[in-house]
Amino acid sequence: MAKQVQIVEDVTVRFAGDSGDGMQLTGSQFTDTTASLGTDVGTLPDFPAEIRAPAGSLAGVSGFQIHFSSNDIQTPGDSPDVLVAMNPAALKVNLKDLKPNATIIINTNSFDAKNLKLANYDVSPLEDGSLSGFNVVPVELTKLTVTALEDLPLSPKEKDKCKNFFALGLMYWLYNRPIEKTLNWIETKFKKKPEILEANQRALKAGYNYGETTEIFTTRYDVKPAKLTPGIYRNVSGNEAVALGFVAASLRAGIPLFLGSYPITPASEILQELSKYKDFGVVTFQAEDEIAGIASAIGAAFAGSLALTTTSGPGLSLKTEAIGLAVITELPIVIVDVQRGGPSTGLPTKTEQADLFQAMYGRHGEAPVVVMAAKSPVDCFHASIEAAKIAIEFMTPVILLTDGYLAFGSEPMKIPSFDELPKIKVEFRKDPEGFYPYIRNENLVRPWAIPGTPGLEHRIGGLEKKDVYGNISYEPENHEIMVNNRKAKIEKVQTVVPDVEVEGEQSGELLILSWGSTYGSIKEAIRKAGADGYNASHVHLRYINPFPKNLGDVLKNFKKILIPEMNKGQLATIIRSTYLIDVIQFNKVKGQPFKVAEIQNKIYEILGGENGK
Amino acid sequence: MESKIDQVVPEIKYTAKDFASDVDVKWCPGCGDYSILAQVQRTSPEFGEKRENIVWVSGIGCSSRFPYYMNTYGFHGIHGRAAAIATGVKLANKNLQVWVATGDGDMLSIGGNHFIHACRKNVDLKILLFNNRIYGLTKGQYSPTSEKGKITKSSPYGTVDWPFNAIKLADGAGATFIARTLDRDPKHMQEMLTRAAKHKGLAFIEVYQNCPIFNDGAYFHLTEKETKPENVVVLEHNKPLVFGTNKDKGIKLDGINPVVINLNDGKHSINDCWVHDEFDENPTRGFILARLSDLPGFPTPIGVFRQYNKPTYDGDYMKQIETIKAQKGEGTYERLMFSTTTWEVK
Repeated sequence: MAKQVQIVEDVTVRFAGDSGDGMQLTGSQFTDTTASLGTDVGTLPDFPAEIRAPAGSLAGVSGFQIHFSSNDIQTPGDSPDVLVAMNPAALKVNLKDLKPNATIIINTNSFDAKNLKLANYDVSPLEDGSLSGFNVVPVELTKLTVTALEDLPLSPKEKDKCKNFFALGLMYWLYNRPIEKTLNWIETKFKKKPEILEANQRALKAGYNYGETTEIFTTRYDVKPAKLTPGIYRNVSGNEAVALGFVAASLRAGIPLFLGSYPITPASEILQELSKYKDFGVVTFQAEDEIAGIASAIGAAFAGSLALTTTSGPGLSLKTEAIGLAVITELPIVIVDVQRGGPSTGLPTKTEQADLFQAMYGRHGEAPVVVMAAKSPVDCFHASIEAAKIAIEFMTPVILLTDGYLAFGSEPMKIPSFDELPKIKVEFRKDPEGFYPYIRNENLVRPWAIPGTPGLEHRIGGLEKKDVYGNISYEPENHEIMVNNRKAKIEKVQTVVPDVEVEGEQSGELLILSWGSTYGSIKEAIRKAGADGYNASHVHLRYINPFPKNLGDVLKNFKKILIPEMNKGQLATIIRSTYLIDVIQFNKVKGQPFKVAEIQNKIYEILGGENGK
Repeated sequence: MESKIDQVVPEIKYTAKDFASDVDVKWCPGCGDYSILAQVQRTSPEFGEKRENIVWVSGIGCSSRFPYYMNTYGFHGIHGRAAAIATGVKLANKNLQVWVATGDGDMLSIGGNHFIHACRKNVDLKILLFNNRIYGLTKGQYSPTSEKGKITKSSPYGTVDWPFNAIKLADGAGATFIARTLDRDPKHMQEMLTRAAKHKGLAFIEVYQNCPIFNDGAYFHLTEKETKPENVVVLEHNKPLVFGTNKDKGIKLDGINPVVINLNDGKHSINDCWVHDEFDENPTRGFILARLSDLPGFPTPIGVFRQYNKPTYDGDYMKQIETIKAQKGEGTYERLMFSTTTWEVK
């Protein structure tokens, strides 16, 4: 009997299980299929810092959340509508996040005494009534999977491992998604292991058919395609987008890309991804440490490459001295900091925005650099190209801030054509006539004169240099001139920084000022609050040093300025000291992004009962 | 214009003067660094590279001022990081000949990690270690090559640390050309420099260099006419290890133990001496040689301890790039962006 299909606009699903249960894979398959139907998606994996915590333990729970919608969405969703819990620990860890009345699909086979104990349940939550506020759907996922694979020549353990595909099949049925894409994916992935290929495909189909034939669901749902800008799309995570962005920038600039990097969570995927692009001439130097990562990048910049180093907070600390060297030698390098919870090792797999001060001020001496931040996984692509462009065209280090939330989160990206990308102008000095290492153009930019060019042999380095001529100079006046030049050059970058645009009313009661990965939650919160009649305007910053020219004027047009940040008020402090105005801080440092509802409630609280009137 | 220059340059026969920059050299009078600079400038024309293709990279310390005095491309880095910076230069442009000027503090203390990893990878760099066994620029603290018990400003009662033996370290870490020379032996240093320049891979030269201010005379027993012959054995390929004012002493290898023998005692002859093989694939003998300078009663070897050929990091890296390019074709933007699941929104 065909079941009724109900159209819904917006759904958030979370798959949760043991870190060995394949939840990331299940989630990304669901994402690919859903995105390819034209539905907008936002995803966020949530995995433990331990690679393989003991099976069944609370510490070992791995999750993957997918938000999909027929609207244009900006986040992976606040609270799941559906939780797929593969074991008791997954249920326990995720229960608090669910919407009231959420559906919980439970693998009841895993609710045995051992696993309940590992999850610190004295009594099974299936029996003590603690799930009464939810729509619980018990499924014997393990048993059904193993039965479906009965005749295959595989060990019980291998059969058990296919249960995530059963769960995926069931979810495909529930949300009216086709299974073909995943069938094809399995076909390619397990080409060399025909039994596993067969088993996984069969588990997927079994899960789908189980939804179709049993009575456990009375309704299935469908989410229609979103109205997205026409074009060819692909899915990207933030880390992937950074890697793609720099390869694209290298193509645009016409010079090879050099990455000097040392593996660190959550930035390592950029190094891994870029190491694949040998056919693009990309050199990835996995250095002996963070310092060698940036030092090699500085050497490569001196020799004419588009130079990049990637890291996270602790690594940025180690690179600090070398960034000063890049400042004084005025060489183009980009430092990507994928921020994580700190200080020290902190929360390596969790997100935070607490490296802003470090990026802005974390150097000895007067050492200004350009500081930028990406706002979404897709924006990581565009921000990377811009960072490369500014570094090269202004001969300066640029720090690009992303964070764990952007790094691992993914969303569909409309693939821009090559011509749509900003042009990057590389001018290697060739003419020895009138050449000096620190002669400057109208933007105070010195020439890029690379080794191998006859007649331009010169020496640069960490010691202060004579203005224009570039020999060592300890003259008091000269030092001040050079410090001022370096500062003024960064201020000149403002000429290419677009003015901020206020989303919403151009003046009024409340402006939300934000930077980095909070963009999505804030945008959705403002939309939702607006629908309730509470109007807040929004300015989102990409450039924090230098600020856009018009920012000060824009801020003056609002009575209250709210700055939500995943730190203790770093942008707020900078805004106060730059513009001598007060702001309202809204800070969260839990290793988790802001939920839309949290921002929304803050808007209600500030505007008050009468909407600020 | 450009192409003209390109055509003319190979014709140029450089002289030492072509490699002197216009900057006044500011080391202390009598510093051993002057000799190193002079020998490098004198031999640079023999390096087989156009001037614009030579890059000198340094870290921090007296020795690290070196690039400013060379009329080549130069990069004065930060403390300890010269090898890492130089690696970046070489990987960005394989046609450059990249030299590193560094000191015992810069390369063996703060930069130790970069040094061993550059050696391990066999990056095609030439590292010139100015070893004066003291921190000069910071005015006289002991360094990682200071002898145990040394009294310095930061060790008024004598150091309790054991020093590094730079030759052992370089060989152990994987350098493929390992040599030692003396600031006061210009001819020998010139030979080491030209040979290092020709070596493909990580070439390491330790120069025993006098600091006249903070560690004056540290090597005089090795460098001065009166004492040198008794205290220095010159390593030459295929030649017996003989030393002494009258060339009357030799070194014999007894199992794995070196022994000093008297060639005039009627019991030993030159045929008993260890014959140096600098191309020895086996590191054992090189290591025994490297240890001699630490052993009382033995002369200090100078010359090439060992050199051998091993694929370089930069060479293999570029080869990999070429192979992948040949397999896949030169990367294009379309391939970059579209070689994954895509879908069209209409």
